[in-house]
Amino acid sequence: MKYLDEFGDPDLAKALLDRIHAVTTRPWALMEVCGGQTHSIIRHGIDQLLPDGIEMIHGPGCPVCVTPLETIDRALAIARRPDVVFCSFGDMLRVPGSHDDLFTVKSQGGDVRVVYSPLDALTIAQENPDKQVVFFGIGFETTAPANAMTVHQARRLGIPNFSLLVSHVLVPPAIAAIMESPTCRVQGFLAAGHVCSVMGTREYPPLAERYGVPIVVTGFEPLDILEGIRRTVVQLEEGRHEVENAYPRAVPAEGNPAAVAMLRDVFEVTDRAWRGIGMIPGSGWRLSDRYAEFDAELRFDVTGIRTDESPLCRSGEVLQGLIKPHECSAFGTDCTPRNPLGATMVSSEGACAAYYAYRRLDLVEVS
Amino acid sequence: MTEPLDFEGWTCPLPLRGTPTVVMGHGGGGAMSAELVESLFIPAYGGAADAELGDAAVLPPVAGRLAFSTDSYVVKPMFFPGGSIGDLAVNGTVNDLAMVGARPLYLSTAFVVAEGTPMEDLGRVAVAVGKAAERAGVRLVTGDTKVVDHGSGDGVYVNTAGIGVVPDGVDIGPRRARPGDVVLVSGDVGVHGVAVMSCREGLEFGTTVESDSAALHGLVADLVGAGVDLHALRDPTRGGVAATLGEIASTARVGIEVVERDIPVPPEVRDACGLLGLDPLQVANEGKLVAFVGPADADRALEVMRSHPLGSRACRIGTVVEAHPGVVVTRTALGATRVLDLPIGEQLPRIC
Repeated sequence: MKYLDEFGDPDLAKALLDRIHAVTTRPWALMEVCGGQTHSIIRHGIDQLLPDGIEMIHGPGCPVCVTPLETIDRALAIARRPDVVFCSFGDMLRVPGSHDDLFTVKSQGGDVRVVYSPLDALTIAQENPDKQVVFFGIGFETTAPANAMTVHQARRLGIPNFSLLVSHVLVPPAIAAIMESPTCRVQGFLAAGHVCSVMGTREYPPLAERYGVPIVVTGFEPLDILEGIRRTVVQLEEGRHEVENAYPRAVPAEGNPAAVAMLRDVFEVTDRAWRGIGMIPGSGWRLSDRYAEFDAELRFDVTGIRTDESPLCRSGEVLQGLIKPHECSAFGTDCTPRNPLGATMVSSEGACAAYYAYRRLDLVEVS
Repeated sequence: MTEPLDFEGWTCPLPLRGTPTVVMGHGGGGAMSAELVESLFIPAYGGAADAELGDAAVLPPVAGRLAFSTDSYVVKPMFFPGGSIGDLAVNGTVNDLAMVGARPLYLSTAFVVAEGTPMEDLGRVAVAVGKAAERAGVRLVTGDTKVVDHGSGDGVYVNTAGIGVVPDGVDIGPRRARPGDVVLVSGDVGVHGVAVMSCREGLEFGTTVESDSAALHGLVADLVGAGVDLHALRDPTRGGVAATLGEIASTARVGIEVVERDIPVPPEVRDACGLLGLDPLQVANEGKLVAFVGPADADRALEVMRSHPLGSRACRIGTVVEAHPGVVVTRTALGATRVLDLPIGEQLPRIC
C-alpha cells in the first residue's frame, strides 16, 4: 500500500539505525506513548537493533489496557441485560473484568456484537427499535471523533434506543502524570501520531517546556519509529527539548479541525481513573450535559459495582514504564494471552501481549 | 485454477411444490425429505452423485491403507468471492485426505439447514458441492439432511467425511518433520480469509481478492509420484500458516525458523490485514499446503510444485532446527527475530 510499504524498507531502516548509532554517545530512556508503536517495535524487533544504551519504555497508550475495571464491569452488567444489544470493538471482548469477560457474557446468551465503527451500532439501533443498543466508546483521541459523530447523529436522527458507555482517555495529561511521578525515568517521548492527527501538536510544547523533555510526534511503521527515535536522541544529545513532527504525512499542526469541533460539542473533560495507574485529573472525556440522555451509565443502573483486580497483576507498573512485562512474576506462567490477569496481556497493543507473542523465547522457559 | 461457478438464475430443476424456503418437514424423513433429495440434491450433485439411497453406501474393496477424515463447515457468509460453503466442504475434506498422501475416493455429505433458508441458497450450495466433487474426482456416496428451528441454526452447515487410499510406501505426518527439513509453501497466503472477511456483515470492504478454495490432492500426487522425500504436509486453514507451523513444531518437538519476507503475501491481503489489524500469517487458506521435505529434495519439490497450476507460486519459507523445540521463530525484514505466535481463538480486529 502506498505510504505503507515504503516505510518498512529494510535498507532505509538500516541507514537510519546507522545514524542513530552514530549520534548516540550515552544511555537514554525514551517512551513510546502509543500501544500501536509498542507493538510495531516488538514485532519488527526494532529494540534489538538499537544501540545498547537506548532503552524503549513502553507507555500507557493502549486504550484497552487502561480502561478502568469499573467500566469493564459496567459493560458486562449492561451486556447481560436481555433487552440490550451490546456493541464493541473486537479486542475489548477478551478483556477480563472482575470475574469474566464479554466473550463469556456472549456465550451465556448476551447479545454482544463486534462492530468496526460506532456508526454500525447506530444502524443496529435503527433496525432493532425494541432493543437498547449500547456502544462501548473507549479509546484515546483517535477513536473519540467517530464516537462523537455517532452520538451527534443519534440525536439528529432521533434514535432514542442508542447509548454510549464512555471511557475516553487523553494523552497529554498522561504524559504530565508520568513526568510528575517520583520514579519517572523517561527522558524523551515519541508522541502518538494518530492522536496528533486528530488533535494537532499544539498541546505538546507546554509539556516539553515544563518537564524539559523532547517530544517527537511519531508514526507506526518501522521507518517512522526509527526516525522518531533518531530525532529524540539528537535532541537529547544536543540538550534540546522541543516538539518536532516526524509524521507530517498524517499530522498537520492544527490536527483535524472538524473532528475537534465535534469533540468539543459532544464531550467534556473529566477526571478519569486509568486501570493500573489510578486517577489522573482532567485525563478523560465524558458526554457533555447536552448529550447526557445518550449516556449508558445514566440510562442503566450500573453504579455501586464492586471490582476485584488480580493481586498478582502488575500491569500498572508496566503501563507506567516502571517494569518490563517479563519482570512481573506472573508473566508467561499465571498470566498468558489465553488466561490474562490484566488487560496489558489481552490487547494486541498491550505491552505484555507483545512481549509474550514475540519475545517469550528469550524471556520464559519454553516447555 | 478452478472454473468459476455460475449461480445466476439458478432454479430448482424439479421445482419443489410451493416451498421457496426450507421448512421443518424437509428434515423429517418423510415425503418432503425424499422430494428434497430427488428434486434438489441428486440433480445438483450431477455426475458426482453415486447414491443408491440405501441406509449406507456399500463400497468395493480397495488395495492399500485407508485414510478417513471428517470436517464440518459453518462459514459465514455462505457465499463469498471465489466460492461458497459447498466447494469448501468438498475441497476441505479432500485436502485433509491429501495431507497424508491419500488419493480421495468417496465423500459423505450431511447438511444441517435452518428452517427458513431460501431453497435457492440450499440449491446453490448443493450445486457447488457437486461441481467441486466432480472436479476433484470423488464420488458422493451417502448423505443426510436435517432441518433445525429458525433461530437454532443459521443458513446451511455442511459436514463431509471422506475416504481415500494411501499408496504403499507413503508415510507423511507431522511427527516426521525433523531438523534440516526445508519448509515450502505452495503459493500466496491469507487469500481465503480476506475474501470471506471482505463480505462479512458489518465489515464489507472492497477487494479483488477471491478465495483460493481448491482440492490439492493432484499437487500432492505429483510430489509423491516424483518420489520427493516428503515428511509432513498440512493445509494451513484456520489459524493460517502460523498455526500450521506451530502445530507441526509442537507435534514433532522441533524448532522452525522462517524468513518473514520469503512468505508470499499478496499486496491486497497485506493491505486488508493492515487495515483490520490482523496478521496475514494467521489468516485462513483453503487451497494451499505447507510441505516439510528432506533438504536434498527441496529444489526438486519446488520444481514439481511450480509445474502444477495450484503450486505455480510455491516458494521456500524456512527450515526445521533443533533449537527451541515447539516454537516457530521468524526473522523480520529488518533482520531481528521474533516468535511467530499461534492465534489464541478468533482473530479480533483491534481498536485503532
